[in-house]
Amino acid sequence: MEGFRTHISIQNLNVNHGSRRILKDITLDIPDRRITVIVGPSGCGKTTLLKSLNRLLDPSEGLRVHGRILVDGENIYSPDVEVTHIRRKMGLLSQKPQVLPMSIFDNVAFAPRIHGLREKKTLARTVEHYLKLAGLWEEVKDRLATPASELSVGQQQRLCLARGLAAEPGIILGDEPTSALDPQSSKHVEQRLIDLKSDYTVVVVTHILRQAKRIADYIVFLYLGEVVEHGPAEKVFERPRDPRTRAYLTGEIS
Amino acid sequence: MRFRLLQKSDGVGKKPQRTDGILAVLETDGPAPSRKRRLIKDLAARRFLFGLTLVPGLLVFVMLFGLFWKARAILAVKPLGRLLLGTTWKPSQGEFGMLAFLAGTLAVTVVAMVIAVPISLLTAVTLSEYAPRRMRHAARPMVDLLAGLPSVVYGVWGVLVIVPFVERLASMLGVSSSGYSILAGGIVLAIMVFPTIIHVSLEVFSSVSKDLRDAALSLGANRWEVAKKVVLRKSRQGIIAAVVLGLSRAFGETMAVLMVVGNIPRVPKSLFDPGYPLPALLANNYGEMMSVPLYDSALMLAALILMLVVLTFNVAARMILIRAERTAG
Ligand SMILES: Nc1ncnc2c1ncn2[C@@H]1O[C@H](COP(=O)(O)OP(=O)(O)O)[C@@H](O)[C@H]1O
Ligand SMILES: [Mg+2]
Repeated sequence: MEGFRTHISIQNLNVNHGSRRILKDITLDIPDRRITVIVGPSGCGKTTLLKSLNRLLDPSEGLRVHGRILVDGENIYSPDVEVTHIRRKMGLLSQKPQVLPMSIFDNVAFAPRIHGLREKKTLARTVEHYLKLAGLWEEVKDRLATPASELSVGQQQRLCLARGLAAEPGIILGDEPTSALDPQSSKHVEQRLIDLKSDYTVVVVTHILRQAKRIADYIVFLYLGEVVEHGPAEKVFERPRDPRTRAYLTGEIS
Repeated sequence: MRFRLLQKSDGVGKKPQRTDGILAVLETDGPAPSRKRRLIKDLAARRFLFGLTLVPGLLVFVMLFGLFWKARAILAVKPLGRLLLGTTWKPSQGEFGMLAFLAGTLAVTVVAMVIAVPISLLTAVTLSEYAPRRMRHAARPMVDLLAGLPSVVYGVWGVLVIVPFVERLASMLGVSSSGYSILAGGIVLAIMVFPTIIHVSLEVFSSVSKDLRDAALSLGANRWEVAKKVVLRKSRQGIIAAVVLGLSRAFGETMAVLMVVGNIPRVPKSLFDPGYPLPALLANNYGEMMSVPLYDSALMLAALILMLVVLTFNVAARMILIRAERTAG
């Protein structure tokens, strides 16, 4: 892969639900400190792929994962790996912002606290730092103690971003993170992701092609559980190799 | 008015038409009289069902009023404060102090809740957050089955198991007790309250979305942290409602408690003392109350108090639940 260093290496990943194959033999390298965008029609397995990176696929729901995913060279599905340690490496933005049932401050302080940060001053500084990084500080600095649920949806999504960043991950995962937001807030979140890619590896799922074009450095096209095509964004957008990618880009399949 | 509207929409189309609260399914190609009959039937059914739903509410008022009516006689001769706070219960001598019964009820209820609340919440958390899916699905009907067992079954079991256990415990601690005590009543009651609290809590926990749990997990939280800081917190109001519902069951429960609590009308001083809760008073004395003047009136007053308290608990719990649902959305 030209010019890209690999951060996450997915090798022969299969996800099954009973006899149904949700993800089929996926092998893919996700570049370090770039925005990788996963596109594809709905139901093709984008969310499943994203969750597999974070080990959020629940075996109790009958989902079986086979294959390897190396993050920083470590196989996250190896039996002796500690799952909370893996998840901490990745901040997650979901389709609908999921604020925790507590104050704005406590949301951002959540991860630092569970990982042992108790000192009040440091905590306050940490919270401020990540709220600024997520572009929310100015809007909430006077009401950090109010319940997070009182924020607008757009603000909530940025709060989720700040909260995820406070866990000090190297990777940010977003599952259609702007789909519940108004255009203004969407732009805001997109811009944040672009700003953050100098320090973080970003993986975003979207079904909005224009959004993919705006932010993607690297594109993965998923179709019916298979990676049909992947590569640097401008290449895939300008000269798609697979006819299915071409059909998707022209809007024939969606 | 309604009829005109319906006629107006005659032949308009096959889609259901909404006419001020009546959903009428119109079939354009049916003979008119049958259509009309169906609509009238529908209307009648609605009216009838609406009337039916009023019955329970009405009944509550009738009962409250009836009890109050009967209790008037004693309220006319004795001030309410003396009745509630008096410690002497000697109906044959015209003494109707109910403090012992109120204290007995309160003591048994408190003991029951102290035992039941932590254990049932932990059980609910375990079932909802830790247990494998299959176990959770198996446990639910079992919990509901427990809730449906007749109270006398718990009573018999209490006499056979809990009373001797309390007696042994008392003698180990150097207290003399027959075992028929507030503690025995509290334990039996706690066991009866478990299903209520577990059931409602499970219901509330399952309404916490998977996405929210995932959000906490993705921050590196383990299951316990998710349970404690997210699920329990999100369910706060629902849990309060569950506890209050349990409380109202505990407060009003008669049979099982009556069988193990000793039934001596004295204000209990320790867990190993016998007590005499209000419901037991009512159940035990129903037969003889006619011969003594004012006795029946005093018992009706006791029933009125009991009913008011249980009603208050229930209404409060429902209101909390409704509010919880609204804020959860
Ligand atoms: N927990 C699950 N249990 C069963 N099937 C699932 C589960 N999660 C996802 N699927 C199935 O996997 C397919 C891909 O789902 P998903 O990853 O959510 O697609 P996308 O995010 O691209 O819309 C869907 O057909 C869905 O029904
Ligand atoms: Mg999805």
